[in-house]
Amino acid sequence: MDALGSEANPLRAAVVGSGPSGFYAAEAMLKSGLAVRVDMIERLPAPYGLVRYGVAPDHPKLKEPILVYSQIARLPHFGLLGNVAVGRDVSVEELRAHYHAVVFACGAETDRRLGIPGEDLPGSHTATEFVAWYNGHPDYRDRSFDLSQEVAVIVGQGNVAADVARILAKCVDELRTTDIARHALEALSASRVRDIHVIGRRGPAQAKFTNKELKELGELVNCDAVVDPRDLELNPASRAEIDAKANFVSAKNVEILRQFASQPASGKARRLFFHFLKSPRALAGAGRLEEVVLARNRLAGEPFKQVADETDRAEVLRSGLLFRSIGYSGVPIPGVPFDARRGVFPTHDGRIVDGAGAAIGGLYAAGWIKRGPTGIIGTNRADAVSTVKALLADVPKLAPEAKRGADGLRALLSARGVRTVSADDWLKIDALEVARGQPDGKPREKFTRVAEMLQCLDTPTAALAARKGIG
Amino acid sequence: MTTIVTDNCKGCRFTDCVTVCPVACFHADEAMLYIDNTVCIQCSACIPICPVHAIYADDDIPEDQRHWIEINAERSQALPVVSDKQDPLPGAEERKTALGY
Repeated sequence: MDALGSEANPLRAAVVGSGPSGFYAAEAMLKSGLAVRVDMIERLPAPYGLVRYGVAPDHPKLKEPILVYSQIARLPHFGLLGNVAVGRDVSVEELRAHYHAVVFACGAETDRRLGIPGEDLPGSHTATEFVAWYNGHPDYRDRSFDLSQEVAVIVGQGNVAADVARILAKCVDELRTTDIARHALEALSASRVRDIHVIGRRGPAQAKFTNKELKELGELVNCDAVVDPRDLELNPASRAEIDAKANFVSAKNVEILRQFASQPASGKARRLFFHFLKSPRALAGAGRLEEVVLARNRLAGEPFKQVADETDRAEVLRSGLLFRSIGYSGVPIPGVPFDARRGVFPTHDGRIVDGAGAAIGGLYAAGWIKRGPTGIIGTNRADAVSTVKALLADVPKLAPEAKRGADGLRALLSARGVRTVSADDWLKIDALEVARGQPDGKPREKFTRVAEMLQCLDTPTAALAARKGIG
Repeated sequence: MTTIVTDNCKGCRFTDCVTVCPVACFHADEAMLYIDNTVCIQCSACIPICPVHAIYADDDIPEDQRHWIEINAERSQALPVVSDKQDPLPGAEERKTALGY
């Protein structure tokens, strides 16, 4: 039999998920020097995952990795099978029958829960829902948020919390020419949100914002950043943390917060309050969220290992709109082991392992579903490359029988009535989105329903042209 | 918006930065790395990962390092892209210690 990875018997790999990790994994395989065929399987008709549906619309530069991904998609031997959900349209077992290796790069699709009373009251949401909604994700198209509330609370102090705060704090004129979904722009234009509270469990030295995202929150046209200087008095362990030379990001965050604290409020229409050392203890209200009970915390432990312990002290913040942004969790797929506690697929060096810690041949993971929701877009490149390194090292050990790859899979999906979306199909949808955005000066107006996207492909062009701008 | 590599990279060249760059905007010569700001998306992924804090952006660029803005612009155009991790230069660990990291 021809060696696996030779032209006569190319390595056939499926990548599940089309976000950053998926594309970087695909690229690493396609540029490995082996004969490889890579098929990327994406649940939605639109690729790019969190770059399309997570990165905030007012950060267009951070969406530019899409240019890199679209080049990867044009590499020889790359294929896209969009609109295909693993676990719904095709099983993991079937993927393994068609491919020598499967790399799961399906991200962390759900939020972690606070685990407190009242968490599910109307008015209490996950940051994910809100982010996906303003970014036009089809699964979140019909969500609604009560933006008639004047006080909003965001639990968490990472970059997602910063994005949510910024979108709430900006006026719609600042968002109008971004690729924000039209439905979100309309809802935000009626927003009465005036005060935004961002709540952190630990202190200013432990906030997870990147410097840049934090700094931006102090430079908003329509919103004053408010920090109580007393919150910036650090305990000795936190001072030791920011004095460590390698921890310059946290030191800079504290410096930025000090600057916010020293800025006099300039009477802008909205205010963004930073709270530290507080944890929501309960959400309360008659039939809907009205009050957030915040416990006061105290830090305990060695530098860099400090944990927040709740004290008896508490305060009440009246608010009818809350977003929790305290981390994400992956979603299990039948046929793949799942670590429910960490919300990831258990791996060793990128190889998915069973309960006994033994690698399951041919199954790999990269990105957030492997290491949890940390880092930013580029972090996933190093992560995906290391997974592919393990995969390539395994090639001599993988079952060398020729596999049918995309040909077989397409036939299977077609028999099941699944309309797969190819890379060329996506380019058509993409071009129509860009054209739809033009009249409003937007880089694109996303289609926010799967049916609309598929219609772009199966409706004659002339009919579409006549309807351009409608929808 | 500018992100640049400065003095501390010289003689170290750990190249951790290139592994997290989402758009492959690092270029290298024998001594150090340079960022092509016509490609860089200013995501700042490289800044915290540099073991010797050689990378700075915008207002954070120290006054005595600002000349690197022009050098990064020029050298990045003339040199090949580096997007995979390479061995640090000989003596890099010692230099890192000497720099206090």
